[in-house]
Amino acid sequence: MIRRRKIINKLALFFCFLTALWGLFWLIFILFDIIRHGITALTPSLFLNEPTPPGIPGGGLKHALIGHLLITLTATLIGVPVGILGGTFLAEYGRNYIISRIISFIADIMISIPAIIVGTFVFAFMVKPMGHFSGLAGGVSLAIIMIPIIVRTTENMLSLVPWTLREAAFALGAPYYKVIFQVVYRGAGVGIFTGVILAIARVAGEAAPLLFTSFNNAYTTYNIFQPMASLTVTIFQYAMGPYEDWHKQAWGASFLITLFILLLAIVGRYLVRLKFKA
Amino acid sequence: MLSNKKQYYFNLFFFFVTASSAFVVILFVVGIFLVLFKEAFPAISRYGIIRFIFLSSWDPVREIFGGAVPLVGTLTTSFLALIVAVPVALGIAVFITEVAPKRLGEIIGMAIELLAAIPSIIYGMWGLFTLAPLQAKYIEPFLQNLLGGIPLLGRLFSGNTLGIDIFTASIILSIMITPFTAAVARDAFLVVPPVLKESAYGMGATKWEVIKDVVFPYCKMSILGGIGLSLGRALGETMAVAFVLGNLNQFPTSLFSPTATVTVKLANEFTEADKDIHLAALFYLAFLLFIMSLTILGVSKYFIHKTQKK
Repeated sequence: MIRRRKIINKLALFFCFLTALWGLFWLIFILFDIIRHGITALTPSLFLNEPTPPGIPGGGLKHALIGHLLITLTATLIGVPVGILGGTFLAEYGRNYIISRIISFIADIMISIPAIIVGTFVFAFMVKPMGHFSGLAGGVSLAIIMIPIIVRTTENMLSLVPWTLREAAFALGAPYYKVIFQVVYRGAGVGIFTGVILAIARVAGEAAPLLFTSFNNAYTTYNIFQPMASLTVTIFQYAMGPYEDWHKQAWGASFLITLFILLLAIVGRYLVRLKFKA
Repeated sequence: MLSNKKQYYFNLFFFFVTASSAFVVILFVVGIFLVLFKEAFPAISRYGIIRFIFLSSWDPVREIFGGAVPLVGTLTTSFLALIVAVPVALGIAVFITEVAPKRLGEIIGMAIELLAAIPSIIYGMWGLFTLAPLQAKYIEPFLQNLLGGIPLLGRLFSGNTLGIDIFTASIILSIMITPFTAAVARDAFLVVPPVLKESAYGMGATKWEVIKDVVFPYCKMSILGGIGLSLGRALGETMAVAFVLGNLNQFPTSLFSPTATVTVKLANEFTEADKDIHLAALFYLAFLLFIMSLTILGVSKYFIHKTQKK
């Protein structure tokens, strides 16, 4: 009897070990595959050339790289200030209001809402009235995904700053906004920054919301009121397309995005550990 | 130095700026709900709710739209993904918290979190070029030979093994959603009071018995929440599925048949819908998906919050 229980124990724990192995297996498999295919696609022309007409080899992804940077930048410029200010309200001015708990809860849900829904929403309220797709609409849809993430991390980080610190500043006669700027933000700076990095990492790989908002463009454009190519949408288009050269470039683009996002994710997690060890 | 009065007004100003930023979040949810409802309204009034949900035809030419196939597709792929992902995620959480040495557990935890950081379009492309051919060549014919002869069960493994099907899509989905359940479960396991576990060890229980009879029951709300979180993700996942599911408006007959999900239909047809009613029908699907994920995510977050407060 005891023996049987011991065997079951060993088997169950071994199963847990296998599941961890299963997870690691896929991670390594995917990363290895992206590196293997991606490295060969990385040539100077991938970064410097405009795309050639479909089917003709050569050409590059300059249009998509620039578009992707501009869209992500737009999203960051909109999403980061709104997110940080919103999180500040939840943790500071509004900390005792019921509405803040509700907003915090809704933000938590919004973090996981399907990205493609956000795309359809922005399509209906921005693209349709404007009459055409635009990089700005793409930026807005990414910002909508970003804001709840930053709101929640900012709120959490600000709540970690001890109340006695604030009270010390209040006792010197400082108004609340000054306490926030000079005491709370300083104390939570690294944490907020980490949240921003992780939020950028999250939206930089999104494709679904961009399909209906920034759409695509075969040429390089710096005008965010025009349709704009992005790496992710280009991957979708190229990978589904019939040309070998397109597939190769899609792998190259995947490699760039994955590298960028994993770097951000690792830096973000490193900062979190640094903060909570200190 | 600002005068006291100016400071007072600036403080008030800052209060309103932060408050309106926070209300933006509410605005999003209400806005998405209203806008999607308004855009879908032509289709809602034309097809009704029950009819749309149970009608399986999707015919842009004759303008007959029903959401049954994509809705069934979404639910099937998500549940199949959960069947694989939940045991794996719980196993990983147990391994990290109870079995592995602390340092190794941290590293594995981080690696699993990286699985969640990889963008879905990368999963999709990798699925199309790497996993689907492997499935078509080796895994699916193998399963078909092994299990195809068994009555009833064999039906699941019938059909052409093309690799572009529910089976491949569900496997990719399961990999993608594992980290969410695993993270929630791990956090829950970590806060189980050691006294509880020690009392069970004191009675002579093995490690597995402690996990099964003490840790799991103590964390059941969190685990349910984590599963819901993964389900919410799976329902709304677009790009990973779009590559490997085909976009065929047909009920799946086996694990190896292509079909459509709500998200795949949206991704493929949204920008190409030239009739207003077609677009409205797509908005209708998006609206239903929004309601579904909102409900599931809301309930799971409620579970997770509730246990965290304890």
